[in-house]
Amino acid sequence: MQVELGVNGEHRSDDVEPRLLLVHYLREVCGLRAANVGCDTTSCGACTVLLDGVSVKSCTVLTVQAAGQQVTTAEGLAAEGELHPVQAAFRQEHGLQCGFCTPGMVMAAVGLLSENPDPSETEVREGLEGNFCRCTGYHNIVRAVLAAAAGGVPAAGARAAATARTPAAGSERAQAGQAGA
Amino acid sequence: MIAAPFDYVAAESATHALELLDSFGDDAKLLAGGHSLLPMMKLRLAAPSVLIDIGRLAELTGIRADGDELVIGAATTHATLAASDLVRADAPLLAHSAGLVGDPQIRHRGTIGGSLAHADPAADLPMALLALGGSVEVLGGDGTRNVAAEDLFAGFFETSLEPGELIAWVRVPRRPGRAWGYQKFVRRANDWAIVGAAAIEGRIALANMGPVPLRARAAEQALAGGASVAEAAELAAEGTEPGEDLHADRGYRRHLARVLARRALEHRT
Amino acid sequence: MSILGTRVLRTEDPRFLTSGGVYTEDVTDDRLAGACHVFFVRSPAAHARIGAIDVSAALSAPGVVAAFTAADLTDLTAIRPSGKANKRMARPFLASDRVRHVGDLVAIVVTEHAYQGEDAVELVDVDYDPLPAVVDLAAAASDEVLLHEEAGTNVAATFGDAGALDEHLFDGCEVVTTRTIVNQRVAPAPMETRAAAAAWGSDGRLTAWIPNQGAQGTRAGLARLLGVPAGHIRVITPDVGGAFGAKFGADPEHALVAWVARRLGRPARWTETRQENLIAMTHGRAQQQTVTIGGGRDGTVLAYRLEIVQDAGAYPRIGAMLPFLTILMTVGPYAIGRAESVAKSLVTTTTPVGAYRGAGRPEATAAIERAMDLFAAEIGMDPAEVRRRNLLPPFTEPHRTKFGALYDTGDYTASLDKVLAAAGYRELRREQAQRRARGDVVALGIGLSSYVEITGMGDGEEQPPEENATVEVHPDGTATILTGTSPHGQGHATAWAMLASEQLGIPVEKITLKWGDTDLVPRGGGTGGSRSLQHGGSAVRQAAQELIEVARERAAGELEANPADLRFDVERGAFGVSGDPDASVPLTRLAEQERLLVRTVFTAPGATFPFGSHVAVVEVDTETGKVALRRMVTVDDAGFVLNPLLAEGQRHGGIAQGAAQAFLEEVVYDDDGNPLTASLADYPFLSATEVPSFELADMQTLTSYNPLGVKGIGEAGSIGATPAVQNAVIDALAHLGVRHIDMPASPQRVWQALQAARESA
Repeated sequence: MQVELGVNGEHRSDDVEPRLLLVHYLREVCGLRAANVGCDTTSCGACTVLLDGVSVKSCTVLTVQAAGQQVTTAEGLAAEGELHPVQAAFRQEHGLQCGFCTPGMVMAAVGLLSENPDPSETEVREGLEGNFCRCTGYHNIVRAVLAAAAGGVPAAGARAAATARTPAAGSERAQAGQAGA
Repeated sequence: MIAAPFDYVAAESATHALELLDSFGDDAKLLAGGHSLLPMMKLRLAAPSVLIDIGRLAELTGIRADGDELVIGAATTHATLAASDLVRADAPLLAHSAGLVGDPQIRHRGTIGGSLAHADPAADLPMALLALGGSVEVLGGDGTRNVAAEDLFAGFFETSLEPGELIAWVRVPRRPGRAWGYQKFVRRANDWAIVGAAAIEGRIALANMGPVPLRARAAEQALAGGASVAEAAELAAEGTEPGEDLHADRGYRRHLARVLARRALEHRT
Repeated sequence: MSILGTRVLRTEDPRFLTSGGVYTEDVTDDRLAGACHVFFVRSPAAHARIGAIDVSAALSAPGVVAAFTAADLTDLTAIRPSGKANKRMARPFLASDRVRHVGDLVAIVVTEHAYQGEDAVELVDVDYDPLPAVVDLAAAASDEVLLHEEAGTNVAATFGDAGALDEHLFDGCEVVTTRTIVNQRVAPAPMETRAAAAAWGSDGRLTAWIPNQGAQGTRAGLARLLGVPAGHIRVITPDVGGAFGAKFGADPEHALVAWVARRLGRPARWTETRQENLIAMTHGRAQQQTVTIGGGRDGTVLAYRLEIVQDAGAYPRIGAMLPFLTILMTVGPYAIGRAESVAKSLVTTTTPVGAYRGAGRPEATAAIERAMDLFAAEIGMDPAEVRRRNLLPPFTEPHRTKFGALYDTGDYTASLDKVLAAAGYRELRREQAQRRARGDVVALGIGLSSYVEITGMGDGEEQPPEENATVEVHPDGTATILTGTSPHGQGHATAWAMLASEQLGIPVEKITLKWGDTDLVPRGGGTGGSRSLQHGGSAVRQAAQELIEVARERAAGELEANPADLRFDVERGAFGVSGDPDASVPLTRLAEQERLLVRTVFTAPGATFPFGSHVAVVEVDTETGKVALRRMVTVDDAGFVLNPLLAEGQRHGGIAQGAAQAFLEEVVYDDDGNPLTASLADYPFLSATEVPSFELADMQTLTSYNPLGVKGIGEAGSIGATPAVQNAVIDALAHLGVRHIDMPASPQRVWQALQAARESA
């Protein structure tokens, strides 16, 4: 069936199978292969992109569900030859090694900072709970996100960061962590 | 990893969705956020031949106050719920629960209606709704009917919904300022609860202690009869039928239910 | 000011961050145009005889090009284990009469499009006649149910003589304690699963794109599996999304993709799903260990015995042989007068076991570090003090252990002291005491490990370790390096460029690294066993130095001077003549007439032995058993640190994986051999919320084995972290009578240990 959506600012109209996952649409139809498939259970987040400005796991969104919406991928974060502040921070802090989780991690971080521009370390770790990395042990990824936050990151995607903080989820979770349950 | 083939149709209204459900029958499933259904379809544990998308129906989203209840559209995402000032003020247990589902990306897509319809006894929102004494407005061919939380969950991943019905709204009593507690015991942050407990105003609900979310009635009765929190919590596992899996056997689950019920009663999160 | 030792940002990163890495599934190439897609039918049973395999329904499914079973593979012979493992445990490419683990290969389905594959696989009908599963090691050892009739036993390999153990080993020990512990099976689970793309040219050569840890080894593996000369195969290595020891050589699947391409006369591609990866990529660790330790009440350890039973999985692979390395490192950094170690590897109806970050050495460290704590608890001495009393004193001349390891340099007491200071050990013990006095529900645990490990081993016992490098300077001022290493996240493009830049004066950004294409680099040892910097890096540096000497001769000709009078000015990138400021020639000019390149081989005298100490601080909720890792403080001394940014990254990654094994990750099979952790939702893969930021202390004890003074850092973090975290959990509960908890310290396991301790109190 025909589906129309925006991908990195470009309007597209394509004929797709209903079961075509957004991640495969981006990779195979649009040729945007930064988003990767790392699991089968919506666990790892390597496929994370922004959909109308909020982070989603594109392996669990049907392309047809995204009709009329705007997708932003890692390739679309900055102009050719430039790095978005989050991308620059990842480089500065050595927040990537093999790179497989990286585009998804960066998009998740962009999404996180658009909702919580000044997160604590705990909030960063919780904000990235849906993105797995095997190489870095997360240490430098967290540093990168905190550095990007400190440097100021412009809101990406269509949605403005209206409710910037979600302190209920963040701080109570931190307490829950300390209570051990 | 890839679902079996299916057809897709976007419903234009809730009524239209019902008509589609009617015409396609058992082969069709409703799709909102898809974050309960699509993972199952990708593992080929479910293979409906038609998906009816209700995820973008304005009439099924939104949060408003209606007297002493909040009315929440079934297609409202967990993220919206968690961030809602209204919910955080009047039903903070629900906002907190929604904020713990999965991870941020999942919360941006998953919906309260989808989560309740999925009826996973280990999930957050069914337990939260049970603790709060909420209900759902079910839309069917004959109109709307209200189903209390304790009557909604019929069995393991099974609701009491009839074929051709959909959850349209969720109703939650407004309890601003009331103390509440919530305990979700996990090994990793984005896991389902090994055991969960939620408590508010003498009601205690448990997750993953049986095929459906359960009330810890023996503990509630003890409390009502003047027992201390510690004494009441000792009875939290009574009447439960916990399962066994690689994370926990029955004995350990019962133990966790007692500990978590006590902590929830102590209003800890 | 040398660039060596400085934090140079990776030149690789801009590409990875924007357009993303090009992993095997991403590769687009004319040679792969029109590729078909390969899917595997895998056994759902752990152990069964196969009756009929019916592919007729699959063949009629949309897009199905072909379906193959064992009967079709007439040109492939069963795979026999290499090395010293039992050769009578052959592995068929596709099962014909029997399957031996869930996930064992049964059939192949080939489709036009990727989405059609799973539809077709579902339609393949296989008759399975169940046989008893063999999951438990004791059951395997009994030989009651044999996996390989031809072998007549389930023993895949033995090491040492279990019948010749010294019954007097512990004579004279005031205290002897023994325990059987588990170093559990884990999944390497790199973020990129396995994959392959294969195309045969009209010249009869195979080009294979495969994520690997050494293209040369992968080519050799493919050649052996396919029965084709290595010269007929070209392996190209795309970007690799992590490997951790599980992407060496070639797997049956890789060979089968190539076979399909040849049979069908068109290119073929395959990407593994995560479920396949968790049940069919080799697993790691999986040792059962009996440790016995004895000594005096003064804290001196006099004797130690380690008895190992290695779970090899269904078909012996390198995992069956890793006890050799465990035995080699039996005594770790300690001076123990009497020690012995034996092992046997058994097959079970589970996924084959291979190498996983540390590959045999974490197991040795985990065993002795647990034994040290058991001994300390027995005599009532602080575990740090027990270690201090038994560590080998510092040495700069190589020290040979009775197990044959030749430690190059080491200062184990310094690393222990350093980590204790960095952790604030005394303050931690004070806080622990306070919590205990108050009866806090949340207990504090402090765990230690001291370790030494072997890196850069080389291929065989006769062959000294070596690596090659080619460095070329171009007239346009850029340079190219060819390396036999195979980076998959380690940053060699930047690190090797630093080494060349230091010698040549060419900026890092102008130096390109190439690897992983066997037509370009026909020889190489790949990346694993933490060998790359000490061998590959040394080779790059050596090649650059030799290039300067070649250039010097050319410069002498240009300047009509004596080579001995020429000085190479690195800052200016030019040769000058002493005493004549006008006479100079840039290096790049010397590449104009004739190519300026050098290929060299660096040979190391032997393996090197990095070492360190870790302190883990955990909190354990004594009501629920849940463990929270609060701090990891480490010293990981691998000699000179070339690029601290990269070295820290390697330590972080290793620490995280090591810690994850201690309290989170485990591959679980039920009694019928069904894997219960075959997804990333079920397998407790570590996420960012379970670990803190790490505290790394710096220590650099150089080796004399290479001019840089470097040892291998890649695996050290994982070796030290696992026992530190395990010991910390047990330490947290020691006051409640807990003496041991097997890994992973899951909440249920911890709670059960507490229950048992309460009941026996």
